[in-house]
Amino acid sequence: MKKIVFSLCLLACSFGAANAQKIKGSDTVLPLSQKEAENYLKKHADAVVTVTGGGSGVGISALLEGTTDIAQASRRMKFDERNKLKAAGKTVKEVIVAYDALAVVVHPSNPVKQLTREQLEGIFTGKITNWKELGGKDLKIVPYSRETSSGTYEFFKSSVLKNRNYMSGIMSMPATGAIVQSVSQTPGAIGYIGLAYLSDEVQAVKVSYDQGVTFVAPSIAHAKDQTYPIVRPLYYYYEMQSEALVKPFVDYVLSAEGQKTVADLGYVTIK
Amino acid sequence: MKTDLRKRFGRNSYRRAAAWLEQAVEGLFTFSGWISIVIVLLITVFLFKEGFGLFQAPTVEKGYVLCVNPSNKVERLDGAQIKRIFDYEITSWNEVGGDELEIRPFRFEEIFDYYSDEELGADYELLPEKLAEVIGGDESVVAFVPEQYLPQDRAGIKVVDTGHITPGDFFGGREWLPTSTPAARFGALPLILGTLWVSFFAILIALPLGMGVAIYMSELAGERMRKVLKPAIELLAGIPSVVYGFFGLVVIVPLVQRAFNLPVGETAFAGCLILAIMALPTIITVAEDAMRNTPRAMREASLSLGATQWQTIYRVVIPYASSGISAAIVLGIGRAVGETMAVLMVTGNAAVMPTSLFEPIRTIPATIAAELGEAPAGGAHYQSLFLLGCILFLITLVISVSAELISKKQRQVV
Repeated sequence: MKKIVFSLCLLACSFGAANAQKIKGSDTVLPLSQKEAENYLKKHADAVVTVTGGGSGVGISALLEGTTDIAQASRRMKFDERNKLKAAGKTVKEVIVAYDALAVVVHPSNPVKQLTREQLEGIFTGKITNWKELGGKDLKIVPYSRETSSGTYEFFKSSVLKNRNYMSGIMSMPATGAIVQSVSQTPGAIGYIGLAYLSDEVQAVKVSYDQGVTFVAPSIAHAKDQTYPIVRPLYYYYEMQSEALVKPFVDYVLSAEGQKTVADLGYVTIK
Repeated sequence: MKTDLRKRFGRNSYRRAAAWLEQAVEGLFTFSGWISIVIVLLITVFLFKEGFGLFQAPTVEKGYVLCVNPSNKVERLDGAQIKRIFDYEITSWNEVGGDELEIRPFRFEEIFDYYSDEELGADYELLPEKLAEVIGGDESVVAFVPEQYLPQDRAGIKVVDTGHITPGDFFGGREWLPTSTPAARFGALPLILGTLWVSFFAILIALPLGMGVAIYMSELAGERMRKVLKPAIELLAGIPSVVYGFFGLVVIVPLVQRAFNLPVGETAFAGCLILAIMALPTIITVAEDAMRNTPRAMREASLSLGATQWQTIYRVVIPYASSGISAAIVLGIGRAVGETMAVLMVTGNAAVMPTSLFEPIRTIPATIAAELGEAPAGGAHYQSLFLLGCILFLITLVISVSAELISKKQRQVV
């Protein structure tokens, strides 16, 4: 059904429909945009929305070239990109459509239930190598990371590691699902995954960003009241000139109904 | 007479048409042969051209420079030093040839914490001035900034010479951190050794098993048994490697972990097992064919001299088929070296120097598969992946040339 809708959209686009709009960019935001577009099209039969992925960088450069109307991004626009858009004479509007929280997970049998940011940094940069040092069992710590190409890898690095490099020779997995699988079968494992991937096979730890004064468990509620620290916003970027064209859809995503879809998909709503 | 002429004439035109068609088909085959040669050459040239572009890339990300305070004595920094400075592992300037002074790494984005957007101007026209202020005002700073925002005439700052990426960095480097900023580290040594390491041990496992099955199938098994075994083994070769990888991740990895009581199951050994299973069909079929090609007369001569069946196998059949068996081994290695998906899923992909079978490793094909998708086209990361491709190409080239030579030798013997 989805495919039919989108190919119809493509077809209509090529005939130059009145209010056609294209969304392109981050693969993290892609499932959300697709679902939103699907629901939006049900209500607005005359509207046309096409959604494609490719990565945050791809979306933003498409916005620069004018081949997309909305760029979806799982990170804030970089300084270079902002600069290029400015040089091309485009003013860009930034809208946060949802939040995505990252949970730090360990094996269910692990007695360590909470960690500070400094401890996490030590683990992932290779300074802390045994659970004993964190009050756990005498067991080697096995940190799992995502591949370098992933946006999640970059976000975890800037938020938790304060831009230091991961230890050289960290285990890197090709997908979030593989991290869940590996952590669930390795007693000394620790990894990071999107909140939507949390299950009983792994145990999420509470995280503290204030040197251990308060520890907060990852949950949608805690991400929403901003007590949980490892949260990233998901963005839509569009040009001010095309505001009239994209505004109805963006407003729909921000509406109560659109935000319900956000929650259904396991992301954190903006309100 | 008349009809005779017509008949002859007709036959001639038919012949002419047939000859023309023959020529056309011949031409078409020659043409397609040449086209494929040209395409292969073009791909190779493209691969090497892209790959060797890496050695023109600067150590620090393109478009950016490292700046220090003019009073700083340090003139140059290499990639490893830059990485360790920005990881807060080198904390004093005297470790890199400067004064006894603590280092303060400064990333360009931090400028926005010091100044508001208004202070920097609508088009960031005041940014160079502010950068000069930050760098000039602090003797201990090392700043990672875009070249275009350097103050005019580079007043009040000093740009550090960081050099280019050298072949030594790539082939001898032990750190693979391709997205690290300011200086990405492209040390391919752990990847090259990891690939060879896991393939070597995979063959060590697959060889005795494969030989055993090949001997059984060609010498010992009955006709009915062979009819069942042969398709079963060919089926093994037809399973997609992702399926092997998934099986490895869910079954072999936990098994290895429990059997050897390891902290982690994604190890080189799990990769070896999967690769051994995947190389088995190649080894078995090629070795079995070679053994079955032993002339009947030779077997019968051996048996008639009073040799037992087992003596015949290891004194006559195996020596006779030895070059075919070597070809089987080499082809099996080739299969293991180039395998991507299965290895990506079970070896943990940690870029460390291989020292034991029970540690994670990272191979070249897995690295290319995992990273090429998001590497910016034309950048240093992209080029380094192409260079890895070149290395893989050379490894498989050596393997297939030696397989060719070995099987040629076999033909001469026959």
